[in-house]
Amino acid sequence: MKTIIKGGTIINGYGGNEKADILVDNGKVEAIEKTIESNDALIIDANGKYVLPGFVDMHTHLRQPGFEEKETIKTGTHAAVAGGYTTVACMPNTNPVIDNEVVVEYIKSIAKRDGYSKVIPIGSMTKGMMGEEISEMAKLKDAGIVALSDDGHPIMNAGLMKRIMIYGSMYDLLMITHCEDKMLSGEGVMNNGLISTMIGLRGIPHEAEEVMIARNIILAKSTGARLHIAHVSTKDSVELIRRAKADGVNITAEVTPHNLCLTEEIVDGFDTNTKAYPPLRTKEDVDALIEGLKDGTIDVIATDHAPHTKDDKKVPYEIAAFGISGIEIAFSVIYTYLVKNGLITLEDLVSYMSINPAKLLKTSYGIKVGNAADITVVDTNKEYTVNVDNFKSKGKNSPFNGKRLTGVVEYTLVDGKIIYKNNGKFEECNV
Amino acid sequence: MIKKDVLGIRDMSKEDLIEILDTAKEMKKIIEGEKISDILKGKTIITIFFEPSTRTRLSFEMAAKYLGAHFGNIETKTSSVIKGESLIDTVRTVERMKADVIIVRHNMSGAPHLMAKYLNASIINAGDGLNEHPTQALLDLMTIREKKESFKGLKVVIIGDIVHSRVARSNMWGLLKLGAEVRLAGPATLLPKTFEKLGAKVYYDIDKAIEDVDVVMGLRIQLERQKSGLFPSKDEFARYFGITSERMKLAKKNAILMHPGPINRNVEISSETANSGYSVIEEQVTNGVAVRMALLKLLCERRKNNENNY
Ligand SMILES: [Zn+2]
Repeated sequence: MKTIIKGGTIINGYGGNEKADILVDNGKVEAIEKTIESNDALIIDANGKYVLPGFVDMHTHLRQPGFEEKETIKTGTHAAVAGGYTTVACMPNTNPVIDNEVVVEYIKSIAKRDGYSKVIPIGSMTKGMMGEEISEMAKLKDAGIVALSDDGHPIMNAGLMKRIMIYGSMYDLLMITHCEDKMLSGEGVMNNGLISTMIGLRGIPHEAEEVMIARNIILAKSTGARLHIAHVSTKDSVELIRRAKADGVNITAEVTPHNLCLTEEIVDGFDTNTKAYPPLRTKEDVDALIEGLKDGTIDVIATDHAPHTKDDKKVPYEIAAFGISGIEIAFSVIYTYLVKNGLITLEDLVSYMSINPAKLLKTSYGIKVGNAADITVVDTNKEYTVNVDNFKSKGKNSPFNGKRLTGVVEYTLVDGKIIYKNNGKFEECNV
Repeated sequence: MIKKDVLGIRDMSKEDLIEILDTAKEMKKIIEGEKISDILKGKTIITIFFEPSTRTRLSFEMAAKYLGAHFGNIETKTSSVIKGESLIDTVRTVERMKADVIIVRHNMSGAPHLMAKYLNASIINAGDGLNEHPTQALLDLMTIREKKESFKGLKVVIIGDIVHSRVARSNMWGLLKLGAEVRLAGPATLLPKTFEKLGAKVYYDIDKAIEDVDVVMGLRIQLERQKSGLFPSKDEFARYFGITSERMKLAKKNAILMHPGPINRNVEISSETANSGYSVIEEQVTNGVAVRMALLKLLCERRKNNENNY
């Protein structure tokens, strides 16, 4: 089936920005020209809209296998395409953990059967994410992983982390590290600071993150591993990464939309939907994170989409699950808080949400002739009010509920097929 | 006009505080007159404590009975909540017993706020985690008011494990709202400097902290904090942060000594000081019943005025 995306402004991800038509056929971009006419093509009217390379999320929790009540590959990727994402990399903290080729195969086959977006599994660094024995990285690589992470379970043993880096580097695997010194974060549930003091919740100090980032930088420097810092949240973390980059360390970093756009102040009132790891920090941290994005210290905006059930959150703050469900509104959040306020451009957004993560995951990127037609059409003039009840994700846990956002995903094409259309109807659902 | 729920002192206005304290003064007459009033006839008051505290619970029970209300008490273990039986469901069951006011104590900050959001009954926070203990603060304020008349310019020092103390937080909010100067003192591991941003003065030298104050308030120190490495020993705490008669001499001549009880004698307060003329600790207990009566009365009146809204 031929499709023509007509009259939109294309941001192709290679620095180009032009008003043109795109012909899509056989899952690929066949032509990009001023005007393309065809009698037998499906027409997408993109007039007044932007045509972007589909977003790539390198930090998603799909929860399957093991926690299907929170999310499944079906609902998670449904949410992803509704958010304009065409590829998601899913974290290994499933049950069983993604620490062997069988689980990788399982996820790939379920994604093929009922996934909407493309799915790239991330393997665990240690067996069962127990932080004891290194996982079968070569087998995992052959099964299809490109990155390793023990995400929420930071490797406290520095010797083990070093061996993971040395072994994993033989296979060029990206080391995605959740940086948290558990001894410092202790029983903390929110940022340690003014608000935690005020409302009597235990705090997570910023040093908990920075100490671990510093350690991992030192280890990456000595091993040459490709280090990627997950969800950076503090000012001093940004500075550590900036210095490491200047120092030639092979390091990249990501930040979440909520850490970029919200501060600890909204925890006052005990809304458990504001509880995430890393916690929402201060205005000063947020400013530093934006600065870090702008000067290239932070490469990627990743959602850390962490869906939970209502029961996981309808409890006192201290025992509520950490995490925010955010993949389907990430674009609007970034557009509203950063692009609309003139802090970054839409081209930057494309780099952070599509091009850079695609490069790190070694998948195709950008809109050009011959590439897979993974394309997202957005309308930056439309506004809407977030209503979590309309989320495709099973996770309704969002601190943005009720907020007015600008920027709507109109169409998402995966391999040339219209997988999502703004009216919520799905034309096709095979990836 | 107080809100539907009493969750903390921080979200109360100065006028609310004065109204409650004035009402408590009236209520104290009922206690002293030893006659039961029927102000709350037909009302049902239930306490639900997820963390044991006989003293506070009993104080609420007395308050309800002095006003002629039905009173019930439920004790439950927090562990059952963690197991999955949701806190809200538990309390909703209690609400179905036609409770007008539910008094909640919970070991987690914000638990009463969560209930207040989902329930029609009025919730009184009887202590939540490290956050607030509004009724304790109200009885402290009442006691101070009886002895000192005005809060304006009054110097009050709160000493001990401030960061883990809901009593300290509630008192700080109340005293600041009423115009007093609030000093906080304790070891730095138990007292972050951040408290200064909230309007208090922070001291790590207790002698300086106590100098020239009108009110000295000790807090109960949890001895297990020593095991978590927050202070080195009971003895070191007693020597450097304990309230002694020597130190009380640094305060104003007519200073009073308060403590929410029960006291670790010779740790946060030396035994002789606790029994000295400074101490108003026993009066605090009586005033505790009076302020709780006042809250029950005001909440029930408010409910009557807003009947259609609940
Ligand atoms: Zn994560």
